[in-house]
Amino acid sequence: MEIWNRHFECMDRSELRKLQSERLIETVERVYFNVPYYRHKMQEAGLGPESIHTIDDLGRLPYTTKQDLRDNYPFGLFAVPMSEIVRIHASSGTTGKSTVVGYTRNDISTWSEVMARTLTSAGANRNDFIQIAYGYGLFTGGLGLHYGGEKIGASVIPISGGNTMRQIQIMHDFGSTMLACTPSYALYLAEAIQESGISREELKLRAGVFGAEPWTENMRREIESKLKIKAIDIYGLSEVIGPGVASECIFQEGLHINEDHFYPEIIDPETLLVLPEGSVGELVFTTLTKEGLPLIRYRTRDLTRLTREKCRCGRTMVRMEKCLGRSDDMLIIRGVNLFPSQVESVLLEMSEIKPHYLLIVDRINNLDTLELKVEVDEAFFLDKISQLETLRKKIQDNLESSLGLGIKVTLVEPKMIERSEGKSKRVIDKRKY
Amino acid sequence: MIIPQLSVFLENKSGRLTEVLEVLGSENIRITALSIADTSEFGILRLIVPDAEKAKKLLKVQHFTVNISEVISVSAPNEAKYYAKVLKILSDLDISVEYTYAFSHGSKSIIILRCSNNEQAIGALKDHEMELLNASELYKI
Repeated sequence: MEIWNRHFECMDRSELRKLQSERLIETVERVYFNVPYYRHKMQEAGLGPESIHTIDDLGRLPYTTKQDLRDNYPFGLFAVPMSEIVRIHASSGTTGKSTVVGYTRNDISTWSEVMARTLTSAGANRNDFIQIAYGYGLFTGGLGLHYGGEKIGASVIPISGGNTMRQIQIMHDFGSTMLACTPSYALYLAEAIQESGISREELKLRAGVFGAEPWTENMRREIESKLKIKAIDIYGLSEVIGPGVASECIFQEGLHINEDHFYPEIIDPETLLVLPEGSVGELVFTTLTKEGLPLIRYRTRDLTRLTREKCRCGRTMVRMEKCLGRSDDMLIIRGVNLFPSQVESVLLEMSEIKPHYLLIVDRINNLDTLELKVEVDEAFFLDKISQLETLRKKIQDNLESSLGLGIKVTLVEPKMIERSEGKSKRVIDKRKY
Repeated sequence: MIIPQLSVFLENKSGRLTEVLEVLGSENIRITALSIADTSEFGILRLIVPDAEKAKKLLKVQHFTVNISEVISVSAPNEAKYYAKVLKILSDLDISVEYTYAFSHGSKSIIILRCSNNEQAIGALKDHEMELLNASELYKI
């Protein structure tokens, strides 16, 4: 079995700890001297770069959250001058204040390295044709896979997302052997292939790397049996680097975290205390080598658990379980992150409606669907159908332009949406993971 | 000559219209005219009742979205050509009709109209000696 970088991926754990400690010290120095936000936060906690000697001191440092990134929008947490930044990505689906990430040339090289590890652990090599059906653009999915694919010398097909018939045609004509996309799109594609009349024997597909949204073991089995491939789970988030943070190997027993670059901790999201190995909690990352946007104890809000047992594949890197959920109310719709509060702020900007709404998430034919029910406000209700239709269309357009997501809007009668004391129920997620 | 009309926003769900009528029925409210405009998802129920304010309150208590809008009413022989004449008078003056509905009463047709400018429409119809009904005349039908 191939391992891209045996030196690091199979490193002796005590040696790895030493490396992590050295890198943490460098990172803390970098953020302390280059990012005012981190310097202030550390000073408030009575800490300086000299307070950190080993990776065990990490727990003394304060956490960083998505809100901190937003508060410092767009480049406030970058640790290098903009002249050193060669790439900017931004997280999807936010109301103006998206989370923006910047990469130096070295960061791009690190990213390519961890993606090369990811693809190799999924069984890919230079002889593969990798069809990248993740979106290209500000979203990190497409380009992340792209650079990794080129790094291992595979033939990269940057087809990007959507246009299913073309995906199938290219897969058939070019002889794609690997597919990279969201798991729900993989399932959608599987069914489209069945309907297309192209027989499975005409396709050379043998494996796929799927991520950017939560999926279950059931979904994996369905993808594997329908596409007759091995389906590998990959994990990443743009704040940390994008895809490439962690990936399964062909044994599919947890995702190997590239912990020489991204150090994981599991915390209790309520008490914020670090939990012992094996406990389920919120995953927190500290980047150990990043230059553009180093992050100290970044709270991912993803729930999982870690194991440091050596894997059958020979890699020593810590493994995380498939994500078990979130510690906040973020939804992932067709790979796009969405907080209900973002919908609310779009509605609040419209004087014609009151923000009494209900979001209904479902998965129909393997594609996520989103419906928004909004109550009609009496003050705005005159008796014209055209006016209501115009309003409905306007809400839909406003949501689409600020969230980048198509949402079906339905007008409902007032008080149809349940009111409750305190936190009302704003989301019904009917998807089965 | 302006007649108050009750407009109720309704989701396209079975049983909703029944509920509106039951609420009004519980207070023995009489309905002079009723019409529904609908799309696949929602509709607007339009009602002419003798005491629109009272009916509005009753429905509001039951959480319906209700408003009172203004319409005008014309009485004409119940033949298509008279209906056409009414509309022609208005269109000749560029008064647009937002919606209209009608019902027969004996040999007469009672036409309800909502125009872009109701006052102007009243003037124009009067000029052409059309028979306009006021609210109390309409309720007696």
